[in-house]
Amino acid sequence: MSIKQISVFLENRPGKLKNMTGVLAQAGIDMRALSLAETKDFGIARIIVDDVFEAVNVLKEADFVASLTSVLAVAVPDEPGGLDKLLAYFNEAEVNIEYMYAFLGGNDAKHAYMIFRVADTKAAEAKLSGKGLRILTQEDIAQI
Amino acid sequence: MERYYQEEIECASRETIKAIQDEKLVKQVRHVWENVPYYRKKMEEKGVTPDDIHSSDDLYKLPFLSKADLREAYPYGLVGVPLKDCVRIQSTSGTTGKRVVAFYTQHDIDLWEDCCARAITAAGGTNEDVCQVSYGYGLFTGGPGLNGGSHKVGCLTIPTSSGNTDRQIMFIRDLNATILCCTPSYAAYLGERMKEMGLGPDDIPLKAGIFGAEAWSEEMRQDIQKTLGIKAYDIYGLTELSGPGVSFECSAQSGMHINEDHFIAEIIDPDTGEVLPEGSEGELVFTSVDKEAFPLLRYRTRDICSLTREKCSCGRTHVRMMKPKGRTDDMLIIRGVNVFPSQIETVLINHGYAANYQIIVGRVNNTDTLDVQVEMTPEMFTDNMGEIAERQKQLVDGLKSMLGIKAKVSLVAPKTIARSEGKAVRVIDNRKI
Repeated sequence: MSIKQISVFLENRPGKLKNMTGVLAQAGIDMRALSLAETKDFGIARIIVDDVFEAVNVLKEADFVASLTSVLAVAVPDEPGGLDKLLAYFNEAEVNIEYMYAFLGGNDAKHAYMIFRVADTKAAEAKLSGKGLRILTQEDIAQI
Repeated sequence: MERYYQEEIECASRETIKAIQDEKLVKQVRHVWENVPYYRKKMEEKGVTPDDIHSSDDLYKLPFLSKADLREAYPYGLVGVPLKDCVRIQSTSGTTGKRVVAFYTQHDIDLWEDCCARAITAAGGTNEDVCQVSYGYGLFTGGPGLNGGSHKVGCLTIPTSSGNTDRQIMFIRDLNATILCCTPSYAAYLGERMKEMGLGPDDIPLKAGIFGAEAWSEEMRQDIQKTLGIKAYDIYGLTELSGPGVSFECSAQSGMHINEDHFIAEIIDPDTGEVLPEGSEGELVFTSVDKEAFPLLRYRTRDICSLTREKCSCGRTHVRMMKPKGRTDDMLIIRGVNVFPSQIETVLINHGYAANYQIIVGRVNNTDTLDVQVEMTPEMFTDNMGEIAERQKQLVDGLKSMLGIKAKVSLVAPKTIARSEGKAVRVIDNRKI
């Protein structure tokens, strides 16, 4: 049930992020979520898109280094305490989170979505199943 | 089975080689004394005349020639025959200052092409082979030299010259090229382009490559051999002495045999000029013993290497020079420490990075800075920030232990370091001294 996140290597210099978004824009790729991690001289852009295959292709053609990473996308009610409840499940299941970021759902105003990177995606999924969580598939992402 | 182009001379006994050198040297010194006033003056200043030179044992008595002499004597000051007897000039690529112009008689061209033919034969070339020469043609000696050598061996020669990489790959595939001649950095780039086109070593008929005109590391050789599926041979030369083919590698790939019937090699202490014993590392000095038009005696190459006369498994008896670490002009002095780009290249490849790099030297608050820019590759990239940073740190540590000084490593995006079709530009020195 995990989804694919595209990780893109970027130099930490003016215009580099814009180069990447330019390539995606040209190809008509719709981004669902974006998160940046950076050091002083380089960064990684982590993106969730509607068409993973096409996005990776156009990025590689434009000489970007990109790789795919499995992440969990989980729906969370957009209300006070929503994330806290969700993290309680992670706690209970003893799943360690490497990093996470959020985005708001397009047509669904009642939910936000959290992207989680964990060490073992499959094991985490098994532990979190049956808790009434809505874990999104790649198709869900394309249709949001 | 090892093949030779001129077996009798390439495998001659040491005594025979010395006798040839002695005889040719005595004649050459007289030729220079009589026809090159610039060098005669240098000899007179040192109190040496041709009567003092009885054999190669007396070589040490002669004055050195340096690149500065060549510039001073530019253009005709070191030419040893009337211009009507010259048939060609070639010129240096000018990577290190003003160009040098070298002159050739037909005899000089012939012996130069013989040297290149020996190199091609040592790489396994015969008249059954198709040899693609992707060195630049023109003033640069790479193209014309290997072209001539390839003709002498009888290879079907494809004179693509440098550039237009996709066309190079097309010719290699369509015309079944088996031998490729170019700079090592261009060979690496061809391999990179092939990968992008989805081509592997089995998709091209190449079996050997003859790569020279710039310093390259053993690690880079391994890389090129794997990517192109070939055996890669080093070739060495200088325009001042003729061009590529002054020395070349054989099947042993363990040092380059110097064509000693044409060139006498010495290793000297670059600071004192003193001749060093065999095996010592120092500056390589060449005396061309049978060139007519541009007869350089004791020419200082600024290349740092060592010589060995140990028996070679290929059967050739000519002295071998170990791969030069680099020219003394390539050598950077950073915070008082000697640094060769080839050392940095070795560390990069050992740490899994590609040989696409640039070295940027600067000066901040009177202290030299060394920044090594290296391209990120799909193989080295991961979503894990900590892991990339850790590899970067390992690279910094590796450079520190190789060079003895700390370098900054910057990871840059693919294709941001310009690819070269000829000699790669590895160093940008922004210091204003």
